[in-house]
Amino acid sequence: MEEKSIAGVNITLNEEGYLTDPEQWNEDVAKEIALEEEIELSDKHFEVLNYLREQFLAGESLSIRKVGNAGIVNIKELYQLFPGGPLKKSSRIAGIPKPASCV
Amino acid sequence: MVTKEENPLKKVCIICAKGSIEDVYATLVMANGAVMEGIEAKVFFTFFGLDAITKKQMKKLKTATVGNPAMRMPGGLPFPTLLGVIPGVEAGVSWMMKKGMDKLDIPPVGEFLEMITAGGGEIFACKMAAEMFKLKKEDLWDEVIDIITVGDFYAMCGGENTQIIFT
Repeated sequence: MEEKSIAGVNITLNEEGYLTDPEQWNEDVAKEIALEEEIELSDKHFEVLNYLREQFLAGESLSIRKVGNAGIVNIKELYQLFPGGPLKKSSRIAGIPKPASCV
Repeated sequence: MVTKEENPLKKVCIICAKGSIEDVYATLVMANGAVMEGIEAKVFFTFFGLDAITKKQMKKLKTATVGNPAMRMPGGLPFPTLLGVIPGVEAGVSWMMKKGMDKLDIPPVGEFLEMITAGGGEIFACKMAAEMFKLKKEDLWDEVIDIITVGDFYAMCGGENTQIIFT
């Protein structure tokens, strides 16, 4: 566990850098975490992030396939938006836990 | 679970030599799991594994109901091997497997392969097996990169932190 100030907000992160409380998240926090992942967030990124948050807060489990079928981006575009680990990175930037999904 | 690896895996080369649903899915899950983690994946389909990337067969993979000691009835009772030989049983069991996977959000073979290539994974067919089964490039799934020899495949499996996986 680590306390950190990101975009002026006090955030608690777990050992892998994921927010432990999704309520501490806002768009500026997302932008700063994204920069750590070397991603500059566009509107499209935010559409994906908001979808992930909605699904997570509704108690749904997430998979790449589900995000690809959500009508925002296809899977190839998802990989382009979040290179090198689309579901993991997008979840971290969206302020939700690391997805426990094998697909 | 926290995973911290100081010397992370960079590439997996996966060989699929069998064509039953579970053997093919083992390959697909491992390959997709790799690209999801940002690990390069190259997959080589050979012998009966070629069914997974053969247009005519890829939607019709089956689970063996004979000679499969791990088979059970729904509910967990042992599955008598003799039942497995009754016409339709193999199809029924295979259908149940596919239904179970769909519930877990595991896609059909074609869509799964698309997910892997969308993430940059590469799919190859074995030259010797393709010749044996008289398969040409056009008989194979469109995104198969090429039909190659074992030597060609090994030539792609070099580099630091690369593993070869045989499913």
